[in-house]
Amino acid sequence: MLTINNISKTFFPGTINEVQALRNVSLQIKEGSFTAIIGTNGSGKSTLLNAIAGTFIPDEGSIKIDGTEISRWPEFKRARMIGRVFQNPFAGSAADMTIAENIVMAMRRGQSRPLKIAVHKSIKEAIAEKVQMLKMGLEDRLDNPIGTLSGGQRQALTLLMATWLKPKLLLLDEHTAALDPKSAAKVAELTKIIIERENLTALMVTHSMQQAVDLPDRIVMMHRGQIVEDLHDEMKQRVRVPDLLETFNIIQKRELFDESVARLMKEQYV
Amino acid sequence: MNLVIGAFTIGLILSLLSLGMLISFKMIKFTDITVDGSITLGASLTAVLIATGWNPWLATLMAFFAGSLAGAITGVLHTKFKIQEILAGILMMTALYSINLRIMGRSNIPLLDTGSVSSQAEQLLTTVSGGADKMNVFGWDVPVADLGALISSLVLSVLLAIVLNYFLKTHFGTVLRATGNNPQMVRAQGVNNNTMVVFSLALSNGLVALSGAILAQYQGFADVQMGIGMMVWGLASIIIGEALVGKSSIGMTITGAILGTILFRLLIAIALRWGLNPNDLKLVTAVFVFLALVAPSMFKNLGKRLQKVRSHANNQ
Ligand SMILES: Nc1ncnc2c1ncn2[C@@H]1O[C@H](COP(=O)(O)OP(=O)(O)OP(=O)(O)O)[C@@H](O)[C@H]1O
Ligand SMILES: [Mg+2]
Repeated sequence: MLTINNISKTFFPGTINEVQALRNVSLQIKEGSFTAIIGTNGSGKSTLLNAIAGTFIPDEGSIKIDGTEISRWPEFKRARMIGRVFQNPFAGSAADMTIAENIVMAMRRGQSRPLKIAVHKSIKEAIAEKVQMLKMGLEDRLDNPIGTLSGGQRQALTLLMATWLKPKLLLLDEHTAALDPKSAAKVAELTKIIIERENLTALMVTHSMQQAVDLPDRIVMMHRGQIVEDLHDEMKQRVRVPDLLETFNIIQKRELFDESVARLMKEQYV
Repeated sequence: MNLVIGAFTIGLILSLLSLGMLISFKMIKFTDITVDGSITLGASLTAVLIATGWNPWLATLMAFFAGSLAGAITGVLHTKFKIQEILAGILMMTALYSINLRIMGRSNIPLLDTGSVSSQAEQLLTTVSGGADKMNVFGWDVPVADLGALISSLVLSVLLAIVLNYFLKTHFGTVLRATGNNPQMVRAQGVNNNTMVVFSLALSNGLVALSGAILAQYQGFADVQMGIGMMVWGLASIIIGEALVGKSSIGMTITGAILGTILFRLLIAIALRWGLNPNDLKLVTAVFVFLALVAPSMFKNLGKRLQKVRSHANNQ
């Protein structure tokens, strides 16, 4: 389904601020699979998702969805295939516009925008029916500006919007991280329900080890712009939170070792 | 009474400018100074075309297209060449100054005894009044020409308001409104937000130029200086309109912009009547817009300070 081949991205190349955010990352995602991406801060998880979504064009490498090379496509063109929920609960919807208006835009993601009245009665009924499944009482508030809702409510709606038209790929970037624990649990549960029901292919960045163990069927661990661990099938079935933490520790120790050795070498030989 | 009718007519004509600015300033949140140049562009182009014998309606339509082109260029300067929005507008406005002089060939073109977009209305009224050049309206004698201009601009303004209201509620219009709110979200819905900005500025400046075209026909001349300060006047009108009717819906916002423009013109007419020096008009408008922009946050701060003082007092 998704084939990432050797993509790299360096921010501010050639300056003292140079960051190699992605270093020769390759990843294959199967149709209908649900993959979690975990890793330390700044390890390149968001950058990987952004590269797939088209926030920027990678320096090198290829990204294919169903065989179509998309790595040079602008972000808006990729949206035809990709649904997205951001970490910031306010990023996925237009605050001043009503719930219905926001959803109506998502109902035509990647399609033409005809000169016909967008929000009318029958569409609102269809929206209300689907919004009901969130069990947040939002179906009675379709004409309220979406900015008047809580972060959790907005994130639940953004999730609904991103999946209204079945995307070939759903990208979730720590979409529960900015929510209070209760809303986070609710949105996580909703994520699982929707992904299973629609049989979606999804990539989810998360900081919650518990989420990574509970929700998806594959765990990819990133560190310093590279994929350092890939747990799938049986290995994923067996993995528990302590195992993940242990893996983190090992990687970080290896890292410390590498750095101190490098420093020693530098001091002695340069 | 003639003063009032004049203020109403100019208000209605300039309400097209306010509607245009509603799209740039309110919908896509783009502070667009092109307006000062494109209103003059509409006026000068129409004046020249009518003077060379064009049909006034066709000439006015051309003004719309010319204004759209100017707005689109500002949009491309900003989205494609990454020039800050204010600077992009200033560049276009400055360029338009020379272009307008080129179009007219001099700094002022009079339009006397030529047809205008209100000719039909005037003819109709003349027929109704049985050939007299004055009509009795609620006890006042009003020149037929003035009444014709008032009615034409009223019809045009209402028609455009209805079309705009419809347009902004369509699928396309909904995405346009979202562009100013959250461009990231618009991209995630598969729409090129830059294209929306260029389109919106084109539509906005088209309406502004339309306003200029009709203004030139009403006042009987086009002048290269006539656009100076128009953007701030439009802002003032929009602000007044919002205070007047709020922004609870698109229809209300549009109505507000029109009523705001008319009220603003009336206020100006009254102020001038009371002896305000016309040269001070732009200063007064600028100060007004400044106050209107800072007032909401000032009131908030004042409210907070009062609360603090009160809670202090309660604690003691
Ligand atoms: N647009 C950008 N411009 C410059 N540097 C960037 C940009 N985006 C990311 N980076 C840098 O790239 C590196 C990887 O960042 P990224 O956001 O992908 O990390 P992450 O794994 O998502 O971290 P976190 O868990 O904190 O979200 C970081 O060093 C970051 O500072
Ligand atoms: Mg991140």
